[in-house]
Amino acid sequence: MSTASRVAWINDSYTKMTKYNFFSRVNWGRFSVVAVPYLWLAIFFFIPFVVVFKISLSEAAIAVPPYSSVLDWNLEEAYITVKISLSNYLFLLEDDFYVSAYLSSIKVAAISTFFTLLVAFPIAYLMARTEGSTRALLLALVILPFWTSFLLRVYAWMGLLKKNGLINETLMSMGLIDQPLVMMQTDFAVYIGIVYTYLPFMVLPLYSALEKMDMTLLEAAEDLGARPYQSFFLVTLPMAMPGVIAGCLLVFIPAVGEFVIPALLGGSDTLMIGRVLWDEFFLNRDWPMASAVAVVMLIILVLPIMLIRNGQGKEGAA
Amino acid sequence: MKRRSLFLNMSAGFGFLFLYAPIIALIIYSFNASKLVTVWGGWSLKWYAELFKNDQIIDAALLSFKIAFITATLAVVLGTMAGFVLSRFGPFKGKMVLSGWISAPLVMPEVITGLSLLLLFVAMEGMFGWPAGRGTGTIIIAHTTFCMAYVAVIVQARLSSMDESLEEAAMDLGAKPSSLFFLITLPLISPAIISGWLLSFTLSLDDLVIASFVSGPGNSTLPMVIFSKVRLGVTPEVNALATLMILVVAIGVIGAMYQMRRQARLLAQPEN
Amino acid sequence: MTSPQKIDPSNIGEQAQIKLPSWKTDAKPFVQIENITKKFDDFTAVDNISLDIYENELFCLLGGSGSGKSTLLRMLAGFEAPSSGRILIDGIDMAGIQPWNRPVNMMFQSYALFPHLTVNENIAFGLKREGIRGTEVKKRVAEMLDLVQLGHLGKRKPNQLSGGQRQRVALARSLIKRPKLLLLDEPLGALDKKLREETQFELINIQDELGVTFVVVTHDQEEAMTLATRIGVMNHGVIVQTDEPHEVYEYPNSRFVAEFVGSVNLFQGEVTTDEPDTVCVTSTEAGGVLCVNHGISCAPNQEVHVAVRPEKVRISEQRPDQPFNCIEGNILDIAYMGSLSVFKVKLPSGKEVRVTQPNINRESGGRFTWDDKVFLSWDMDSCVVLTS
Repeated sequence: MSTASRVAWINDSYTKMTKYNFFSRVNWGRFSVVAVPYLWLAIFFFIPFVVVFKISLSEAAIAVPPYSSVLDWNLEEAYITVKISLSNYLFLLEDDFYVSAYLSSIKVAAISTFFTLLVAFPIAYLMARTEGSTRALLLALVILPFWTSFLLRVYAWMGLLKKNGLINETLMSMGLIDQPLVMMQTDFAVYIGIVYTYLPFMVLPLYSALEKMDMTLLEAAEDLGARPYQSFFLVTLPMAMPGVIAGCLLVFIPAVGEFVIPALLGGSDTLMIGRVLWDEFFLNRDWPMASAVAVVMLIILVLPIMLIRNGQGKEGAA
Repeated sequence: MKRRSLFLNMSAGFGFLFLYAPIIALIIYSFNASKLVTVWGGWSLKWYAELFKNDQIIDAALLSFKIAFITATLAVVLGTMAGFVLSRFGPFKGKMVLSGWISAPLVMPEVITGLSLLLLFVAMEGMFGWPAGRGTGTIIIAHTTFCMAYVAVIVQARLSSMDESLEEAAMDLGAKPSSLFFLITLPLISPAIISGWLLSFTLSLDDLVIASFVSGPGNSTLPMVIFSKVRLGVTPEVNALATLMILVVAIGVIGAMYQMRRQARLLAQPEN
Repeated sequence: MTSPQKIDPSNIGEQAQIKLPSWKTDAKPFVQIENITKKFDDFTAVDNISLDIYENELFCLLGGSGSGKSTLLRMLAGFEAPSSGRILIDGIDMAGIQPWNRPVNMMFQSYALFPHLTVNENIAFGLKREGIRGTEVKKRVAEMLDLVQLGHLGKRKPNQLSGGQRQRVALARSLIKRPKLLLLDEPLGALDKKLREETQFELINIQDELGVTFVVVTHDQEEAMTLATRIGVMNHGVIVQTDEPHEVYEYPNSRFVAEFVGSVNLFQGEVTTDEPDTVCVTSTEAGGVLCVNHGISCAPNQEVHVAVRPEKVRISEQRPDQPFNCIEGNILDIAYMGSLSVFKVKLPSGKEVRVTQPNINRESGGRFTWDDKVFLSWDMDSCVVLTS
């Protein structure tokens, strides 16, 4: 089943170019089939970014909508004024709060990505090494949580991690600790939440990379004298690299902008930019500032997003 | 099999435990009779009863189902078109742009998508008077936009793994492009379309962030209601709700998987 | 395999002789390919090919992968548009005519059977696109199923069939619209050897019975030899030779054809005698003078190759009494293959020559042993001089 979605387009979905096209000759039909999704995405995906960018250059105002206009024109008197304000961006750079929020988001996302990789690798490896119905079962077990509510899965951890939650109760009743551990509202809880919810995004690309690997390669390596750990680092890991990179990017990018996990599991000092944006918008009602935060986040994420697209292109060419 | 060392089995086992322990704990505690969430007070269905008496949750659930249904249907139509265009239309002007627009929503942080769509709706309302206010309609548009990307990717993957000579054979036998699509292509990509629909439905049902941005007053979806409840802590009612949702989804997904595996076997290209 | 029209393989040669080959009459060609070129970006897949194919022919395009044979076939079907040149089928220019409007059907290499449709539905597909419905469809599908001897399998899905059965369904499906021209892309490629041989004759049989013109693409020279009325040998987007199978084998016009079709020994040499019915070549590689009894057009002292097929070479212990086409060497290797033996003979120049000898009686395989000094000889009309 294609829960692989986010992953599928990295792994195998590349546009096979038809050398010659029949649909190219059916002009009206072809045109409308292209135009409908194109227009939809132009209006509801592309233009919104232009709007965000425009509003990020305006100033907050007590008005409906709550921002000053960048463009102002009067046809009768034939003038157009463009009022661009960089104050939001300047403020972003000057205020330590925003800078550290960006840095801490990247840090949290990077650490979580690393731990996701650690947890995911054995699962993917085991899946690639089993056959038939066992493999199908394991695959289903990995995919199944993905279909259940993200919000509820994060919520499930609240019950485990809180002060009188299941983990603390269990550990105390076993006598391992006598004070409950503080796990909720810490960065630790955020890491757990991210690793947990994004695990399938890591497992699936890893699995598809490892699945392609020929097992006799390992036998050949051992036959040539490599110890198991050596053949892991010298053969398995390099072969799995495309999957590792794809998986890491698929976890890292959305994790940077994550809102729900830090909001539910993180503490007030867990600074993540998705949350800052949310608060800027919903609590401060500073739409221009929220837009500026979004634009800068997008700039930070452009590079990894491009990397994903490139990887996808290369796979397609192969 | 000989490569499955004890270490591998144990670490993979830990991974699966990590995946399922929270869900299992949540399900068990949904049957807890005690009001105190952590104290076990014996088995009971009382929180399920409470849940069905809670109009706010029921209304939100109905709204969410309605949105998810419309979204999934729209997303399947638009996404199939996009996936088809990308894998079968050969090179055309603007193809790179379209494929970029299709894949970007998949990784875009939800806060950015949500904010940008809201600002668009506000700007459009200011300019054209449409959409007048925000609510169900704007949520459906927003959800369709990111769900169609998932559908397009799934359909595209299915199409590119499909033997193109099937379509050529149909043309060779006299099928014009339109009848070719409905007689050959569509039946063959139907598993992809079904999973695209199901995925869109669950993604829409699940979305909190984007819906929070683009919904209007009085249009709280189920995730929005749940979020406002759980922000304050664990509540037994939500445990019951979560259990119901997880069970429904698990049964649905397992059933769909089983069905699709059978169908896939039937549609499998015979290997020569 | 109980078709009443089934012909015995040994008759095929006779039948072909009875029919006057249309390419030798002044009949109008059925398919006219005129200066067709197909370029994919920088790569020229088909390079200025002109070719006429006549009604009722079973024409084979023979070539290795990348020779452009499939591209040519796909241009006939309408799946690729030529970069330049034109194709006429039955006198009609095919430019701009869509695949679904061409009087042509194709049998695909992968068979391309629609996996979601039954055998009956697959075969009926083409008829239904023509708006034919009801009993007419049923009748014609049943006819086709009988023709390919699959009458009992109509309700199955393609993946419930064996490879050979799928091949027949594909054939039936491509024939049901009674096309005047049937294109077959490696029609037997996916079958195992034994089935392939059987099916070859059946294909010829069906072609003969229906009077359809077949154009077959194949990389298998034996298949081309058995099936074809004429073969077009392709290399690098060009048809290098078009001829009847016998001619292609016995009189290849270039080193490429000689080597591609069957195996051959080539001796490099210089033309020393050039008369209308005798050409002699002095070859240091062969270590002697090699003569043929056909004229060639070449410059004096031009460097040429003399080609002789391994089965046309005699091998003997005594020097045969002939002044030319006789060379000596030592046996390097012997391979006993049952029906025949293959000898590798090393000449003093270092050149290795391949000789096959039928094992006419049980002892003939064991006449020679390794390192024996032997003489190789052949007749003047057994070899050809190749200038390219």
